[in-house]
Amino acid sequence: MIKIAIIGFGTVGQGVAEVLIEKKEYLTKVVGDYKVVAVADSKGSITGDFDLNHALKVKRDKKRLPDGLTALEIVKNLDFDLLIETTTTNIEDGEPGLTHIKEALKRGKDVITSNKGPLVVSYKELMKISKKNNCNLLFEATVGGAMPVIKFVRRCLAGNKILSIKGILNGTCNYILSRMEKEKMPFKQILAEAQELKIAEADPSYDVDGIDAASKLVIVANALLGIDAKLKDVKITGIREITPEAFDVAMEKGYTIRLIAEAGNELKVSPRLIPLNHPLVLQGTLNALQIKTDLAGDVVVVGKGAGKRETASAIISDFIDLYANQTINFI
Amino acid sequence: MMLTLIVELKDKPGQLIKTLEPISKLGGNVIGIVHKREKITPLKKIPVEISLEIEESKIQRLIDALKENGITVREYNQVRLVTTSSLLLIGHIVHTDISDTINRIDSTGFAEVVDLHINMPQLNGPSTALITISATGKEKLKEAIELLINICKEKGILVVEPINEEFL
Repeated sequence: MIKIAIIGFGTVGQGVAEVLIEKKEYLTKVVGDYKVVAVADSKGSITGDFDLNHALKVKRDKKRLPDGLTALEIVKNLDFDLLIETTTTNIEDGEPGLTHIKEALKRGKDVITSNKGPLVVSYKELMKISKKNNCNLLFEATVGGAMPVIKFVRRCLAGNKILSIKGILNGTCNYILSRMEKEKMPFKQILAEAQELKIAEADPSYDVDGIDAASKLVIVANALLGIDAKLKDVKITGIREITPEAFDVAMEKGYTIRLIAEAGNELKVSPRLIPLNHPLVLQGTLNALQIKTDLAGDVVVVGKGAGKRETASAIISDFIDLYANQTINFI
Repeated sequence: MMLTLIVELKDKPGQLIKTLEPISKLGGNVIGIVHKREKITPLKKIPVEISLEIEESKIQRLIDALKENGITVREYNQVRLVTTSSLLLIGHIVHTDISDTINRIDSTGFAEVVDLHINMPQLNGPSTALITISATGKEKLKEAIELLINICKEKGILVVEPINEEFL
């Protein structure tokens, strides 16, 4: 029996819980029996023997979990095998996720996370702790949402030397730029509409100033290129200054503009001129990554970079990766 | 660096090899050879135009080596600008002295602004320019782009760089 603690019960945490219920029969076949023994948010928790559906209902009705053990108490003391850490990203110091993950790893517990903060701040240290305690830290959901990146490169491109990675790692910026390209409206106006559609946050700076994309790039650089990179190593330029006229001028020469994150000789996130027929020219909130390798040449993946079920998809794939005790029957 | 070389060869076997050997020894890469038989000289020599890539620092040694082999070098000229890149500038491009920006690229001696397309939507608003720079080689082009980025940083202009290569 795999005992799971879900810390962070916002959109992502709830999404994971829903899929764990929805796909119980299938997942049990693949990984064996499992049970969620704790869910916690920033205000409270439910632990022990409880019905996960009930916990979801409480959270939906009351907007919070009832008073109980704190997330930290659960991580430090409760009996579980797997921590699913889905608290909000904090790229300044990685907290509270960083402490949750560290404490779990120190106890030899496996961790799956969607939280970029801890990895951006302390990738190397966390990997060291997991190795020392003989447990795993998986983080597919931190980069590109549902788009396969980490396991895709590590598994499917195994044996290749990764020469460079570049791509679109922020759906909000791609949405704004692709609409500016089509409709020739100013940045501010499209941003306002994106905020109304909940594609952009009320404070959009994390997205439009390139910080979110840079955070993901730091994880990619560490995990796939073996570069000991931190956020301060990334040259970052956002998209606020891009004008509709810029698209006119670019398109005359067969180019458009996208926010591209690139890890190769240097790490940078910046708006780039890109030929219209390039596979990284996408519309809407899609994410994409172009991986340059020595054997396979260029490989491109495209997918949804955010969303409740999309992020849950990445976490569940890590879950199966970690515990599948038989060859998965794909048919 | 690309070099175009016109040599005059006697119309008998073994002449071309005398020209190619020094190029090869100096690590040059021959791109094309054209015999201009229709332009045969009064001394019955045939002008041959050879295009090659060679390091700039080795050009003089090549010319000397050819002369030592008894080859008449009629003329040679460096094809200066071989690589080109377009960048987008956004900001107060004109008001921050566009001609100064261009001059600073042109005065490098290895790069030139070969095309500039400006769009100025409003009098005091930011304008956009697509600037095309040519340089004598890939490394020099990189250097020129770095220079442009620094100039623009100094002038508060946003530079949108191209994605490095076409997708293959």
